Amino acid sequence: MSVDTATVKKVASLARIAISDADAERLAPELNNILGWIEQLGEVDTANVDPMTAVIPNTLRLRADVITEGQQRDAVLQNAPQGEHGFFTVPKVVE
Amino acid sequence: MTDVTDLGIAQLRDGIRAGTFSAREVADAFIVKVSKAKALNAFIVETPDHAIAAAKDADAARAAGETLKPLAGVPIGMKDLFATKGVQTTAASHMLEGFKPVYESTVSQRLWDAGAGMLGKLNLDQFAMGSSNETSYFGNVISPWRRGGGDNAPLAPGGSSGGSSAAIAARLVPGATGTDTGGSIRQPAAFVGISGIKPTYGRCSRWGVVAFASSLDQAGPMARSVQDCAILLENMAGFDPKDSTSLELAVPKWEAGLSSSLRGKKIGIPKEYRVDGMPAEIEALWQQGIDWVKDAGAEVVEVSLPHTKYALPAYYIIAPAEASSNLARYDGVRYGLRELADGQNLQEMYASTRAAGFGDEVKRRILIGTYVLSAGFYDAYYTQAQKVRTLIARDFDNAWMECDLLLTPTAPSAAFALGEKSADPLAMYLNDVFTVPSSLAGLPAMSVPGGLDKAGLPLGLQIIGKPLDEQGVLNAGLAIEERAGFTARPESWW
Repeated sequence: MSVDTATVKKVASLARIAISDADAERLAPELNNILGWIEQLGEVDTANVDPMTAVIPNTLRLRADVITEGQQRDAVLQNAPQGEHGFFTVPKVVE
Repeated sequence: MTDVTDLGIAQLRDGIRAGTFSAREVADAFIVKVSKAKALNAFIVETPDHAIAAAKDADAARAAGETLKPLAGVPIGMKDLFATKGVQTTAASHMLEGFKPVYESTVSQRLWDAGAGMLGKLNLDQFAMGSSNETSYFGNVISPWRRGGGDNAPLAPGGSSGGSSAAIAARLVPGATGTDTGGSIRQPAAFVGISGIKPTYGRCSRWGVVAFASSLDQAGPMARSVQDCAILLENMAGFDPKDSTSLELAVPKWEAGLSSSLRGKKIGIPKEYRVDGMPAEIEALWQQGIDWVKDAGAEVVEVSLPHTKYALPAYYIIAPAEASSNLARYDGVRYGLRELADGQNLQEMYASTRAAGFGDEVKRRILIGTYVLSAGFYDAYYTQAQKVRTLIARDFDNAWMECDLLLTPTAPSAAFALGEKSADPLAMYLNDVFTVPSSLAGLPAMSVPGGLDKAGLPLGLQIIGKPLDEQGVLNAGLAIEERAGFTARPESWW
């Protein structure tokens, strides 16, 4: 499987990372090199093998459905790049 | 008079208890060492006030005749991947520059509750992605070690816990926290001639640790002796309801359980770890390690881990896939960097924030992860990698029918020079060849120094144990430590 610059741009867009044409040109061979190497996994016979879900057997715990740490608005907003009136603010998304 | 900065965790703890020196003297001595070692770039933030406060508490408790806490007055370093309340926590990224958490990670909180103090936040590879500490936004960490013969080329301290390894080897801290996703405690420990243990997945809470690959990330201690690692681990591990993968088990008394007799133990030597192109010196050290464990009473058997060669490619699918998902949270909205040019919309803000906030290696891994998880490729890459992971874990299960522990080299080379591998991501990834398989299987594994190569650089031996058998791993580490008699230390040039 070979990745071209158009694919690199598509993946970068999915990952929400802005890249220039020059970045895409540089990244395509780099990613191909890495992907070419990981493709050797295809030669392993994994018929009847289940994918790993947990390395150490463990069960997910349930807890009571109650508020444990409420009323922390100011702490939650403390590191916001921009916040107003007790909310996170972002550029306008509704035209 | 003893220089207290030459002492380890146990000696400092015992000395403070006995009143041989005060905790304040200890804190002050380390603070001076840290402040004079800027050339190593091991710290991103120094926190002398934190260390002094813990020292004052310890001295006051002693003066009042109280029983001292397990680590009362012992100052340590904290990898800057652990959230520390009110103290900048960056994961060595521009993305989190200036981020001051409003909460404390569980592991660091346990250490403070045990009486330890913090000398500072230690540099690392950005978001713990790297094996040389060359991906930090805050600059490379320089290893305190140099090759002999007047070669002053700056060497890599290993990664990702490179600030931790450099600071411990340079005696700036007696011990530190690390985190290990594919070898990030063990490889840097080996590169600088110290010890480090990655416990069983789930022993240490991941709560408050900046996430890289959640099914692999484990915290662990790094220090200059096996005993010191045992002490620190006891005060880091433990059940935490805030981490859904935390194991609900009591923390064993690993320090009290230390014993260097390996009588009755079978130690396996995995034949697939004899890789092509392995330097003869590593081969020789491995043989030396085999002789040491035999001398300690162990029986040595050859075992096979047939899927070893597929561990690295599986890791470089699974870890980037998890990273691409975990790092989606950095969007410029709730915390961290925001890049927003005039007129940009929300989607453009996300993309420019992430372009500016992530370094090249982080972007590379997010792109790989996004690609392998994307529609049409998920089964071929990610599902296949998770199946291979099952086979790798099964290899270890089969080995445990024939032996109790495994002995291998920690890394395929001694420390390399900065810049030597950074141009080729694949060459860098291959450095994790011996540490990644046990990470994929969630097993406890430790590196201990074994000796020096011809250039005078440290080489490490790795011990891998069964799930939850940290004691067995530590004991074998101790047996090797006693026989290796590793006392070499870097000569101060910084």
